[in-house]
Amino acid sequence: MSGITVNTKINGDPVEFICEADETLLDVLRNRLGLTGAKEGCSTGDCGACSVTVDGRLTCSCLVLGAEAEGHNIGTIEGMAHGESLHPLQSKFLEHAALQCGICTPGILVAAKSLLEKNPDPTETEIRFGLAGNLCRCTGYDKIVRAVQDAAKEMRSGKSAKSKATAKKRA
Amino acid sequence: MRYERPTTLKAAAQLLAKEKGQAFILAGGTDLLVRLRTGFIEPDLLVDIKGVSGAKEIKKSASGFKIGAAVSGAELGEHAALKKAWPGVVEAANLIGSKQVQGRCTVSGNLCNASPAADSVPALVAAGAKAVIVGPKGKRTVAVEEIPVGPGRTSLKKGEIIESINLPARPAKSGDAYLRFIPRTEMDIAVVGCAVSITLDGKGVVTKARVALGAVAPTVRLVPAAAKALIGTKMDKAALDALAEACSAACSPIDDKRGTREFRIKVAGVLARRAAVIARKRAGGK
Repeated sequence: MSGITVNTKINGDPVEFICEADETLLDVLRNRLGLTGAKEGCSTGDCGACSVTVDGRLTCSCLVLGAEAEGHNIGTIEGMAHGESLHPLQSKFLEHAALQCGICTPGILVAAKSLLEKNPDPTETEIRFGLAGNLCRCTGYDKIVRAVQDAAKEMRSGKSAKSKATAKKRA
Repeated sequence: MRYERPTTLKAAAQLLAKEKGQAFILAGGTDLLVRLRTGFIEPDLLVDIKGVSGAKEIKKSASGFKIGAAVSGAELGEHAALKKAWPGVVEAANLIGSKQVQGRCTVSGNLCNASPAADSVPALVAAGAKAVIVGPKGKRTVAVEEIPVGPGRTSLKKGEIIESINLPARPAKSGDAYLRFIPRTEMDIAVVGCAVSITLDGKGVVTKARVALGAVAPTVRLVPAAAKALIGTKMDKAALDALAEACSAACSPIDDKRGTREFRIKVAGVLARRAAVIARKRAGGK
């Protein structure tokens, strides 16, 4: 098999890679590009651990071929924090201890960010439906839902996650 | 395995027709990639149709809506005019999988995957949707119910590709709805699905109706007797009873872990009744 050359943008940066026809985008991210934030859970699109965005739309990277990424913008968990400063969702997941083993966390953060971009003020039901494609076998989801609600509240008020988290700790 | 991304359907059809080995069409890929990954299929060629012009477009015209073969479920849900005209079709398509799956999955794929439990298919059948098919010998248009012929099997010939799914324009006072029974609240496969599409006259009498059932037979089933039970009535109790009875009578389901034969037959009638009431409300009736 000869490789396919693919030109894409990942987290805003132009990236060129070569992949085989049957390689998924998840394989390419993890094995060729060293972006191991997206996890392989089921590889059948059921667990959401490999969630990324393609042109801003949430998808499972195990259900996309690497070759299909040609000309598209891919967003991964690696693009979520700005340098040292975490995204409000990431801060709130830490604050609420919304993770245990952490395997599902990157996918849930990507999915939650996508949800809040479309719906900045979701109800608990909307959060649970919005994240129904992301399975977590540790937390029982409750802390995840609370962390997303809290992050959404903070993002709506426009305050930085860091300062508020620090303030809370001091208090 | 080779991967091709042609820019015209003609080229796609030629690639498929010429291939001596196993060839598959790739649209959303939410079923195909799972089958590829699990070793259920070993294709020699995948033809990605997302690069074909018009494949990602929803076009509205006087004759209705033309949904390109690669339009995703999420895109259907975001199309205000389509949602207004065919809320039942859109709600059925949006029931497929998670948000992640919605970002990729297509109704053309749902149709060609030919699962008896496909959620969007009963709604498309009730809507009177047509599939425009392009193949090596040209173009043909068929009713969507003629595409699946059994679980996982379609009437499409080698080299044929669905170009679009076309929904007719809606007369005033029309409505449709799709309901399914699943043991969970989301992310499940229909145990039974039912779609109802109706048009009312000024007095609230049903003038047109189409009723389709999913997951109760080897293919999604159009039930003319159920439609007949509604036409000419104001959907009073007797008409709804007759509708439910006709739907139950049209079932030839299997027993499996998701539901028994008896349960499916009973639930088909219950869902038909409820879907009809929702369709009436959407059509502006009471």
